[in-house]
Amino acid sequence: MIVGKQKPLPEIREMIADYGNILILGCGTCATVCFAGGEREVDILASSLGIAAKLEGKERVTTKHTVKRQCEWEFLDEIEEKVKQADAVLSLGCGVGVQAIAERFPEIPVLPGLDTLFMGMPVEEGVWVERCVGCGNCILNQTGGICPIARCPKGLINGPCGGYRDGKCEVDPTRDCAWVLIYERLKKMGRLDMLHTSQPLKDYSKMGHPRSITR
Amino acid sequence: MTMKAGTNLEKVLESGAFAVTAEAGPAKGAVTSVIERKGEMLKPCCDAVNVTDNQSAVVRMSSWSSCVLLKRLGLDPVMQIVVRDRNRLAIQSDVLGAVAMGIQNILCLSGDHQAIGNHPDAKGVYDIDSIQLIQMLKGMRDEKKFQCGEEISGEVPIFIGAAANPFAAPFEYRVLRLAKKVKAGADFIQTQAIFDVAKFAKWMEMVRDRGLDKQTHILAGLVPIKSVGMARYMKDYVSGVYVPDEVVTRLEGAKNAKEEGIKICLETIEQLKEIQGVHGIHIMAVAWEEMVPHIVEQAKLLPRPVV
Ligand code: SF4
Ligand code: SF4
Repeated sequence: MIVGKQKPLPEIREMIADYGNILILGCGTCATVCFAGGEREVDILASSLGIAAKLEGKERVTTKHTVKRQCEWEFLDEIEEKVKQADAVLSLGCGVGVQAIAERFPEIPVLPGLDTLFMGMPVEEGVWVERCVGCGNCILNQTGGICPIARCPKGLINGPCGGYRDGKCEVDPTRDCAWVLIYERLKKMGRLDMLHTSQPLKDYSKMGHPRSITR
Repeated sequence: MTMKAGTNLEKVLESGAFAVTAEAGPAKGAVTSVIERKGEMLKPCCDAVNVTDNQSAVVRMSSWSSCVLLKRLGLDPVMQIVVRDRNRLAIQSDVLGAVAMGIQNILCLSGDHQAIGNHPDAKGVYDIDSIQLIQMLKGMRDEKKFQCGEEISGEVPIFIGAAANPFAAPFEYRVLRLAKKVKAGADFIQTQAIFDVAKFAKWMEMVRDRGLDKQTHILAGLVPIKSVGMARYMKDYVSGVYVPDEVVTRLEGAKNAKEEGIKICLETIEQLKEIQGVHGIHIMAVAWEEMVPHIVEQAKLLPRPVV
């Protein structure tokens, strides 16, 4: 899933300062699951912004709505009327959602309420971690199902740098070195031989933006 | 025997002599005197001098221009390249430029991550890794081809180096890593600083078991310690360096920590000389380069061979 986190309230307030009537739009998929922009977060943000407006002595109307998915135009049809009433849409979807809204409703300003972070998953209560950077040429079959591109800060694909210490990464000692994880897993699988082959240079053209596929 | 680059370092190693190299950090500015002063100091006691490439991800004068300054003084420079800051195009063009200027020893490194340096907000490049860098240089030299497969006009004679860390656990992994670098084309290896000789000896045993000492020249790394504080700092904060507690305790107990640090270094050299497959030493006297001539002299490694 796509993981994001809400921007700090002062930044959001600055973004909406010029608009009196705001539609706060949640997303029912990834943003809901990572507790960044679902129905609950829309409610909380609406009341925070309401209190802030009161304190500033400003007039502000906020409308709330959460669609199933912001990243597909067909799910945005249902908000057409609400969008017409608003001066701006404050999206709590990921960057894809924000752009889908901008393309679907060309006349209205769309503001990003989240900072979109990565593709990842929850590993414990309240902790999400990055797992894939969409490199376009998956090598997980050769790395014990652990991605060194997403999980090693240097994206090394031929084994670890010299910096790890007690299995932890030189960049952040609270994090496991991806290559130590790969080593341990391949060892368990009895496939340490996989570490002997050198990976060729990566074809980064597969990560060149913007990408698209046609089926 | 045909030489790969014919640098002084290659000749000394091929002659079977016990080689001595040292590291010199370039200036944190555009003055030539910093690296030149270090060069003058190191010239009589080293076969080649490494110049670091924005070490610890802190910006300094580029490795290759500092190497040119050393070359002018008659030294044999080892240009260090980290893959953090440059992509495959930039690296290959820098290598061509370096060889054109007579810099032909190149050490291939991953480099410390930018997050731990003085520009932590920078975008890291990491287009290729250190092993791929070795392969790329080997391809440029042996096949006269750029990484993309296109022909290079003329020769690119380079003596290719790589680093090794014999200490990080899992221990067995480290030998595997070295094997991969040797297979990729590393002609010489400079190891991380050694304080735990017994552990290093064990690593060397595994290296010999695989016959790797016959396929590459291994230079054992040394860092002379200046103070108790430095020992503690290296133990806790320097990536890839392992300082055992005994070393810290010994320095703490010493009347003169500096002298003790040199003594430890000299004792280590004596022990390293006895380890089969070690072809030399590499002294990284961080901000203490003036001690290198003394260390080499005391270690009875002077005069340096003329080859
Ligand atoms: S190798 Fe890593 S980044 Fe590439 S597709 Fe697979 S998981 Fe994603
Ligand atoms: S310590 Fe491991 S995870 Fe961290 S940068 Fe080095 S190889 Fe990558």
